[in-house]
Amino acid sequence: MDNKNWPLWEVFIRSRQGLDHKHVGSLHATDARMAMENARDVYTRRQEGVSIWVVESKNIHASNPDEAAQFFDPAEDKVYRHPTFYDVPDDIEHM
Amino acid sequence: MKTDLLNFTLHLADTHLILGQRLGEWCGHNFVLEQDIAMSNIALDLFGQSRSLYQYAAELQGEGKTEDDLAFLRGERQYKNLLLVEQKNGDFAHTLTRQFFYDVFHLLQCEELLKSSDERLRAIAEKSVKEVRYHLTWSSEWVIRLGDGTSESHARMQKAADSLWMWTGEMCTNAPYEEALIKASIAPDNTKFKAQWTAKVQEIFNEATLKVPMTDNQQSGGKSGVHSENLGFILAEMQILQRTYPGLSW
Repeated sequence: MDNKNWPLWEVFIRSRQGLDHKHVGSLHATDARMAMENARDVYTRRQEGVSIWVVESKNIHASNPDEAAQFFDPAEDKVYRHPTFYDVPDDIEHM
Repeated sequence: MKTDLLNFTLHLADTHLILGQRLGEWCGHNFVLEQDIAMSNIALDLFGQSRSLYQYAAELQGEGKTEDDLAFLRGERQYKNLLLVEQKNGDFAHTLTRQFFYDVFHLLQCEELLKSSDERLRAIAEKSVKEVRYHLTWSSEWVIRLGDGTSESHARMQKAADSLWMWTGEMCTNAPYEEALIKASIAPDNTKFKAQWTAKVQEIFNEATLKVPMTDNQQSGGKSGVHSENLGFILAEMQILQRTYPGLSW
């Protein structure tokens, strides 16, 4: 088996209940089942997680770095989009 | 009885240590990084289990020896590991098949040790059983992949199964030191695992389109310290540091 022919997978780990899955890295595997076991062996051996997602890298569509300026810069001066222009009552917590 | 328990504990510890050592030989040489880590993880699980058992054995022995003394300073004939686990790695198919044959047995034994009347063995089994379940999942998965893979992988798997088969029978036998322990519900009666072991191997081999070898010719002796030519070489490599620099530590 030639490793070069094995598809690439992206691995997402949730470290604790209630937290989000976070991207931790990638690996090679021939199918989802193998990707899951490889992710377990490679990325959770130091108690990093309680849940794993794997997705084949080709299924992820990334924004184009060349378009970063038109994508993201226009939001720079739109401070009014942040919900910071009203007072939060004192007894509302966790805001 | 105490000597029997010591011997049984050493038998378990030695089996895990030698298999871990064999798997460790793959470290840095495996065919993909992911499997290099997977196999090293299994080796480390086995070393962990053997450490707990050697610590217990050292206490039972009561001669002030440590787990390291038992692992690194005994001679070949004092080792009581199964013959299967000292067999050479060969190719990936060979290592994998050896692992699968042992994992099926290891899980049956570990689940039975959860009911041992010996508190310490029970506790060690409780800690080990989750690890062993994963080992069997991993090896079963790969047996199926490669058995039911290409004609090349299928042929290599069948060859591995055929050449390792003669070392599998020993697992489901009892050594003299186990007899009294079985009566005291400390150790499981290994002969009772034979049917379940065969059924599980048959199930996975069916899925893997592999033939279960049929030969009755079986070797035994490892549990009583009579080994194949392989163990001496393993011990030479494993023990050289402690033999050359006695008491050496990190």
